Amino acid sequence: MTKQQALYKYLLRLGDNPLILGHRLSEWCSRGPILEEDLALTNIALDNIGRAQAFLKYAAEVEGLGKTADDLAYKRDERSFYNNLIAELPIGDFAYTIARQLLIAVFEQLQFTDLSKSSNETIAGIAAKSLKEVRYHVAHARDWCYRLGKGTEESHNRLQRAFNELWMYTGELFEMYDEDVILVFDGVAGDLNTLKIQYYDAVQKILNDSNIQIPVVDYMQTGSRKGIHTEYLGHILAEMQYLQRAYPDATW
Amino acid sequence: MDTQLDLWEVFIQSKTGNHHVHAGSVHASDSNMALQNARDIYTRRNEGSSIWVIPSKYVTASTAEDAAMLFDPANDKIYRHPTFYVMPEGAKQI
Amino acid sequence: MNTVDVIADFTHKIENDLNIEPKDQMPEKYRLHLIRQISQHAHSEVIGMQPEGNWITRAPSLRAKQILLAKIQDEGGHGLYLYSAAETLGISREEMLEQLHSGKAKYSNIFNYPALTWADIGAIGWLVDGAAIVNQVSLQRTSYGPYARAMVRICKEESFHQRQGYEIMANMMKGTEAQKAMAQDAMNRWWWPSLMMFGPHDSDSPHAGDAFAWKIKRKSNDELRQKFIDKTVQQAEVIGLTVPDPELKWNEAKEGYDHGEINWEEFKRVINGNGPCNKQRMTHHIQMHQEGAWVREAAAAYAKQQS
Repeated sequence: MTKQQALYKYLLRLGDNPLILGHRLSEWCSRGPILEEDLALTNIALDNIGRAQAFLKYAAEVEGLGKTADDLAYKRDERSFYNNLIAELPIGDFAYTIARQLLIAVFEQLQFTDLSKSSNETIAGIAAKSLKEVRYHVAHARDWCYRLGKGTEESHNRLQRAFNELWMYTGELFEMYDEDVILVFDGVAGDLNTLKIQYYDAVQKILNDSNIQIPVVDYMQTGSRKGIHTEYLGHILAEMQYLQRAYPDATW
Repeated sequence: MDTQLDLWEVFIQSKTGNHHVHAGSVHASDSNMALQNARDIYTRRNEGSSIWVIPSKYVTASTAEDAAMLFDPANDKIYRHPTFYVMPEGAKQI
Repeated sequence: MNTVDVIADFTHKIENDLNIEPKDQMPEKYRLHLIRQISQHAHSEVIGMQPEGNWITRAPSLRAKQILLAKIQDEGGHGLYLYSAAETLGISREEMLEQLHSGKAKYSNIFNYPALTWADIGAIGWLVDGAAIVNQVSLQRTSYGPYARAMVRICKEESFHQRQGYEIMANMMKGTEAQKAMAQDAMNRWWWPSLMMFGPHDSDSPHAGDAFAWKIKRKSNDELRQKFIDKTVQQAEVIGLTVPDPELKWNEAKEGYDHGEINWEEFKRVINGNGPCNKQRMTHHIQMHQEGAWVREAAAAYAKQQS
């Protein structure tokens, strides 16, 4: 793997996560538990899609084949997507969406704090901008964890179940792959292992404050670094890429 | 009984130094949620630099019936305005 | 104040173009008329999120997806401003939603039509929002203060909506044959329902008398419809779309277009519940409302514990 290939793949990872999560969040449109929350989730979806656009645009530049961010989003197949599995899981109920938001946003806050110091200026710039957005995403998810975790028995049970189901997808966030090794050496990427302790500390504190038990799992799911996904991703892409695939000659 | 949560009044300061101005209301169950909802609803186009939220139930408003009693008596107190006073011709910066 | 004073004071304000404010005394009929109109307006914004929301996950570019999301978010926001305005009249949002779900409160008929292709997103922005804006601009001077202020804010925010729709149509008309056909098809399906949005002819409009006297309504249905047609026909011509009305003709004398008769049978049929999507829209709204109940309960319960 060359440095350029490593950077390209790394940028796809950074772009695909918000692309797919933004897609899932946008499914909440007209489905929120209260109108205000509908708008809040849309704002978070927009932050994600904006970030996806920034990283994919840069990925296309690095690839150097004259493609655009849209080409990468709308014309790649399942096996060349590198988002973490947790981003592509269906939206579930509101507790499930909030739990996923927390697990991803806390990770991203650490990751972007780190990447805002990247030796690669473009990555550092996008990371610094994203960090502001992600801090809000953490606050939003955290406050809802308190409310649902301590609110009623039903909301507590739903939130506990959500964390139980999602916990096995958190291990993947820290997996170091070939591209990480190459890029960490140059100070472009951060060492994900160093974030792990802080991450679980931060999440556990919020879960404790929400009366939620820390789930115990005996296996962490894996696969996305190799482009191996859940069955859900294919359906997302079928929907997302439909117009681009059905009318390949058209521009919109 | 269904709840749409409590009603809060939202005041937005458009930029530092300006007054907070009433923007509208939101529904929320607690003050954090009210602030976040106000942010997501009333500052989508950079309208804000600071937000106040206050439960609507704590706002007391004067009534139209009392308007005459409350405000008309100020009408003839014109000596409170600088234009009431006659200044000698030629005096500057006063 | 006794009843006579209340009416005199109210009439004085209306005659002098002074806004009526929440704490002002007002005739009960005025209050009820406003609640009916503002809540219907709010429900329309919220139900209107559905046909467009239908295309968010299929938007053909990242730009298109962001724009569409932001636009639908605006619709939700506008619903919210309007619910707020109605709440100042002493009705709660709970009650308004109940009236929507029971069928007592209505929403705009236009959202009972389906958004079938991507071009429909263009047509909705350009024609449906275009029609709504014509109406909303005139409502900025409506007599009830909170409603007028909400409309000012809404008009300011809506200004990009119509442009995004028109841009979609314009791009498609510059595109492949399939895209052009798709755009014309959307135009054909949305033109007439958009004209219906202004409501019945002035001669058949049941609530118009009071609404004019109270300055809630400033321009008549037919006046507003004419305004919309006159500006939209030119926009269609510029990008090569055909208005699906063979009787459409410029009338030099009135400096406006004459148009064919609207199918009022269809209008009544859809209002009475038999449009293509009436059931779907309400079922979705009720279902989502019910599914959110446990979340709202939890939030309320948590707030109670904290206090």
